[in-house]
Amino acid sequence: MLSMHLAALTGALPDGLDDALDLVGGFDDAVTHGLGRVGEPEAAAIEALAAALSAAPLGPSAAEAAAKVASGSASEEGLGVLAAGRAALLGAVHDALLDRFDTAVGRARAAWDEPAPVPASGANLLAGARSWLHEVAVTGWRGVSHDLVAAVDPTVEALLAEPSLRRVAMLMDGLAAELRASSPVATMARVPARRWGDLWSRAMLLTWQDGAPAGPGEQVSGRLLPLGVDVHEHPTGVQAQVHGVLESGGTRRLVRASVSAGKVDTIVGPAVWGVLDAFPVLLAALAGHRAVEIDGMTLLPGGDLLWSEEQAEAGEPADPFATARLQLDDATAPPVPPLERHPVRIAEPVLLEDYRIDGSDLVIDDHRLRVELGNLPGSGPLTPELVAASRACVGLVRWDAAGWSLRPLAVQATVKKKPVVAHGGDWALGPTDPKIVKAQARSGDAVTVLRERAGRLLRK
Amino acid sequence: MSNEDADDLAWERSAVVRVTPSAKARKLAKVPFVEMAGGRLQGVVSSGSDIARVYVSSIAAETHAFSCSTNNNRRCGGLGGSYMCKHLDALLKEAVLQYGAERVAAYLGVEAGPGGDVAGALDGTESADNPAATVFNRFLRHLAYLELPARPAPVPEMQWFPAGAVG
Repeated sequence: MLSMHLAALTGALPDGLDDALDLVGGFDDAVTHGLGRVGEPEAAAIEALAAALSAAPLGPSAAEAAAKVASGSASEEGLGVLAAGRAALLGAVHDALLDRFDTAVGRARAAWDEPAPVPASGANLLAGARSWLHEVAVTGWRGVSHDLVAAVDPTVEALLAEPSLRRVAMLMDGLAAELRASSPVATMARVPARRWGDLWSRAMLLTWQDGAPAGPGEQVSGRLLPLGVDVHEHPTGVQAQVHGVLESGGTRRLVRASVSAGKVDTIVGPAVWGVLDAFPVLLAALAGHRAVEIDGMTLLPGGDLLWSEEQAEAGEPADPFATARLQLDDATAPPVPPLERHPVRIAEPVLLEDYRIDGSDLVIDDHRLRVELGNLPGSGPLTPELVAASRACVGLVRWDAAGWSLRPLAVQATVKKKPVVAHGGDWALGPTDPKIVKAQARSGDAVTVLRERAGRLLRK
Repeated sequence: MSNEDADDLAWERSAVVRVTPSAKARKLAKVPFVEMAGGRLQGVVSSGSDIARVYVSSIAAETHAFSCSTNNNRRCGGLGGSYMCKHLDALLKEAVLQYGAERVAAYLGVEAGPGGDVAGALDGTESADNPAATVFNRFLRHLAYLELPARPAPVPEMQWFPAGAVG
C-alpha cells in the first residue's frame, strides 16, 4: 500500500453511508429500549428503517413488521424481517466500503455467483434460539436480567452439541457471556447498542438460515502461502483465521483458512493454541513460516478453505513478507457471500512500508491510518512497542465507526539497532519468548489441568 | 455535546468494543473453576486429599450468604455460622486473580478494602438453600467446552470477537 493508495482509501466516505448508519442506530436504540413497549421515537425509528427498504423485495413485510412493533405486538417473524432489513442496510454499507478499498488499492475481486441453496437443518433447536432472541428484543437490552440470560443456557448448550449449528452456537454463546457479565444491564453506564444489535440480528437471521456454507465450493490443489493469522476469541471459543495466497493452476487467489474450537475463559494468551492442536500442519506452517501443499481441499465460494489436515502437507519455508511483496498485488480477492456482508467482515490483507508511527497512527506523507494497538492479541509476540519500532507491516485493513484501521499481523522492526521480525502466529506451537515460557510454567498448562478434571469428572 | 458524550456515542455505535475485560491467566490446579453468574460468585475447589473429590462453593451477590459442600452434597465441615471455610477463601482469592478485585467487589456489591481485600467486606452467613447442584452443573458444562470437536469451517461471526479487544 503506497501513499496514494492510503490517500484514496481514507478520503471522504461515499454519500448515503451516514444516513444508512443513522437508520441502523435508530433501530439499535429502539432495541436497547425494548420493542415490547415502544414510545414515539422508537416507533418512528423502526418505521424509518422499514421505509428505507420500501423499494426492496423486503419492503412490504418490513412495513407490516414495523406497524406491529408500533402497536406493541412484535412477532418472531416480524423481528426476523426487521433483522434482515437491518442486515440489508449494513450489507450496502459493507459493499460501498469494500468497493472503496478495492478501488483505492487496485485489488481485483471475483464476482459472486449465487449457488443453489442448501436445505436448513436443526429446526427445533433454532426455534428455541429464535424464541429467546424475540424475548430479549421485546424486553430491551436495558431490561436484561440474570434470569433472562440464564434462560438461554440450555439452548446454547444444545446448539453447541450440534456441529452443523456451530456458527449460531458460538455467536449466541458470546452474546450471552457479555450479557451475563453486564447483568443487570440497567446498571450499565452505557450500552453497546450497535454491537449487541449486530450480534442479535445476525443470530436472528441464522435461526432461519442455520449458517450452512453458501454453496458446495470447488476442489483446489496447489500451494498456500500464509500472510498471517488473525485470532478471534470470546470466553468460550477461539478461531484462528489464516490469510494467505493460494497458487493453483496458474492463478493466485487470496484465501482464508479458519479453524475454531471451544475453550474456557481461563485459557487466554498463548494458551489458546493448545485447544487448536487438532490442526498440527496448519499451526506448524504459522510457527515455522512455511508454505502448505494443498491436495484436493474444498474452497468455498467466499474464499474460505474448508481446512482438512489430510489434504495438507508442510511445504518449503515461505516468508510472509516475501509473499506480501511478490504475490499480494496480483492475487484475486474472493467475493463476499451476501449473508456475510457487514462492515465487520472487511479484513483485507495489505503490506505497508516506509511509514512512521505517530501515536496510534501510521503515517505516510500526510496520510494517516489508525493502527489497532489497543487489542494486539496475547497469543503472539506483537506489542505496541514493536509496532512503533517497525518499518514494514503485514496487516488487515478494517473499518468500524471510528473509520478505517490497520490490524497488524506481522512486523519487521529495528530494536536496539538489531532487526526483529514478529508474526502473530509465531507461538502457534508454543511460546518462543523465554519470559512467556517461564510465566506459563509458573501458572501450569491450563488446557492440561482442565482436560484432567474433565476426564475425571465428566464421565462419572 | 461534550467530548465525553461524543466518546460514548462513538462507543455505542461501534461493532467491536470491549464490553468486559478478558479473564487473567491463573493457576487452575487448586481452583479449576470460578465464575460470576446467576447473582452469585461461585466455583469449584479441588480437594487437597482426594483427587476425585471437589468442593462446590458460592457467595450470593446481595446477601453474601455462602455455601460450601462436596460434589456428593455433603456440607463442608469447615463452615461455622458466619465463618467461611478455606474453600470459600480460596474461591475469593482466585476470583480476584481472574477478574480483578474491583470487578469482584462490584459484583458482590461491596467496596474492596486496601490491597484488594474483598473477604473483609463481606458480612454474610451460611445460606439456607444450597445451590451446589446448579454450580456443579455449570462446572461440568464449562469443562465440556474442551470436549467440543474442533471445527475446520469458518465462523464469520467471530469477526465480532477479535482477540485482545473483547473478553
